[in-house]
Amino acid sequence: MTNALLRIEDASLRRGERELWSGLDLDVEPGEFIAVLGPSGSGKTTLLRAILGLEPLSSGTITALGAPVRTKGNRRIGYVPQSRPLPRDTSLRGRDLVSLGVDGHKWGIPFPRRADRERVDALVRSVGAERFADRPVGLLSGGEQQRLRIGQALADDPRILLCDEPLTSLDLANQQAVVALIDRHRRETDAAVLFVTHDINPVLGSVDRILYLAGGRFMLGKPDEVLDSRVLSDLYGAPVYVLRAGGRLVVVGAPDAEEPHHHHDEDDDDADAGAHA
Amino acid sequence: MTWDDMWEAMFGGLPVYGEILALVSNSVWAGAVLGLVGGLIGVFIMQRDMAFAVHGISELSFAGAAAALLFGFDVVTGSLVGSVIAALLIGWLGARARDRNSIIGVLMPFGLGLGILCLSLYEGRSSSQFSLLTGQIVSVQNDQLGLLIAMSAIALIALVLMWRPLRFDSLDPVSAAARGVPTTAVSLAFLLVLGLIVAVSVHIIGALLVMALLVTPAAAAMRVASGPVSVPVLSALFGFTAAVGGILLAIAGTLPVSPYITTFSFLIYVVCRLIGARRGRVEKARRAASALSLDAGATQVAPTGRA
Repeated sequence: MTNALLRIEDASLRRGERELWSGLDLDVEPGEFIAVLGPSGSGKTTLLRAILGLEPLSSGTITALGAPVRTKGNRRIGYVPQSRPLPRDTSLRGRDLVSLGVDGHKWGIPFPRRADRERVDALVRSVGAERFADRPVGLLSGGEQQRLRIGQALADDPRILLCDEPLTSLDLANQQAVVALIDRHRRETDAAVLFVTHDINPVLGSVDRILYLAGGRFMLGKPDEVLDSRVLSDLYGAPVYVLRAGGRLVVVGAPDAEEPHHHHDEDDDDADAGAHA
Repeated sequence: MTWDDMWEAMFGGLPVYGEILALVSNSVWAGAVLGLVGGLIGVFIMQRDMAFAVHGISELSFAGAAAALLFGFDVVTGSLVGSVIAALLIGWLGARARDRNSIIGVLMPFGLGLGILCLSLYEGRSSSQFSLLTGQIVSVQNDQLGLLIAMSAIALIALVLMWRPLRFDSLDPVSAAARGVPTTAVSLAFLLVLGLIVAVSVHIIGALLVMALLVTPAAAAMRVASGPVSVPVLSALFGFTAAVGGILLAIAGTLPVSPYITTFSFLIYVVCRLIGARRGRVEKARRAASALSLDAGATQVAPTGRA
């Protein structure tokens, strides 16, 4: 277990008086796909932001790609943030969204450089966005925008990929396409994936382990170990049922499952906290 | 006023146009530089949804200039101090969009009121009082014009230096931060550059009309273009055309410059909007057509092919 790409040790997160989770130990191995589940406000987004160095843990340490997380932001980690559709009049073509990942952090105006352009072309191809890459990004569908965002996140061939609710507001076909893209990157580059989601079904075929955050505690294990009525009831401290039907799983009784809209509001606030002036 | 009077006011200077132009050539330069830089920064103002902030900063800039006039300091410096204070307050108190708008809503009438108070107490020439609100570039002295041009140039250099991180932060602050862009510093730097350019604009077209050069050109450009190069280039071109065209027309008569600039700017926007609407219809039709053909294909291929 020494070659873990991501190591979280004895981590805890408090918000005011409330302890969201504590004593979290997590080693993520190369090629491992971990789904992060849990109700609204359980600190899922904050966990991802802590791995990126954008938000501090209350205690504990995180080591990413062999180095302790100290600086704000990390280009060697790919990040697909929870995102709303871009405004219609955004002055950007599809490929420009991808190119932000290639040279958006560099200073100065963008001089056209052949290497950058080829990299963007390759990324656009790898997420299957050739058809709409030259159209204004505000006119693209949610699924098309999400493909481009994944292209942006893959700019530096990240060994760690963090995805925050990348399937929100996508239809089933687009959900499958997005999961397939992320899964392919994981298999081809042996990258580790942390995937925050409120619906486990789209990733059930890819996921190795599940981290379930709820009720001030967490549960980590294989899907069968975690997605169990008894285990989740214990975690929530309330009766929760995991139902299986036609190869799909439904969690019934968990607060989040009944009120998905609350979820987005609160996680959006999380994400906006350090945003901009 | 008769038609003849109006003609005289608008074009009475035509017989001596060359001489007037020579006298105000520095004003034309100042207008040209501001038009260019205003058009460029406008793109970011639109992307960051900060049109209202521009207005707020300009009212405090006006207050600073009015106070400087009253107490006998340099007016350009006064407007700069006012707009920098406004920019810092907005940056400090208004990290979130909702907070920001309420802060600006509070600052704006306060600044305007303060400025009007200073102007009422001022006993000098009344034309320089009025010009802070509605602008009169041709009455600005030459040494101050140099200062205005220098300020615009500094704003331009700062914009070019932080172009890409600023664009990233404006479009997607969360991803930008994740990729190591110092988003807080970039946001603050942007506000300071904005303060600088607003202070210049107050003297050229007046505190009340600043938006015509900082917002309208970019809004127009975004109607007809969507590329990362075409939008700023068009916006700068529109700003330049409105500012220079406005000044060149205005000096043919005795009317103030600002209405010419605002009208030019507005007309450019209207034309762009019409072009944009026409294109929108074409785009919609094309999209409907391609959706149809895709649906037909999807039934034969795998369902993922539809994405």
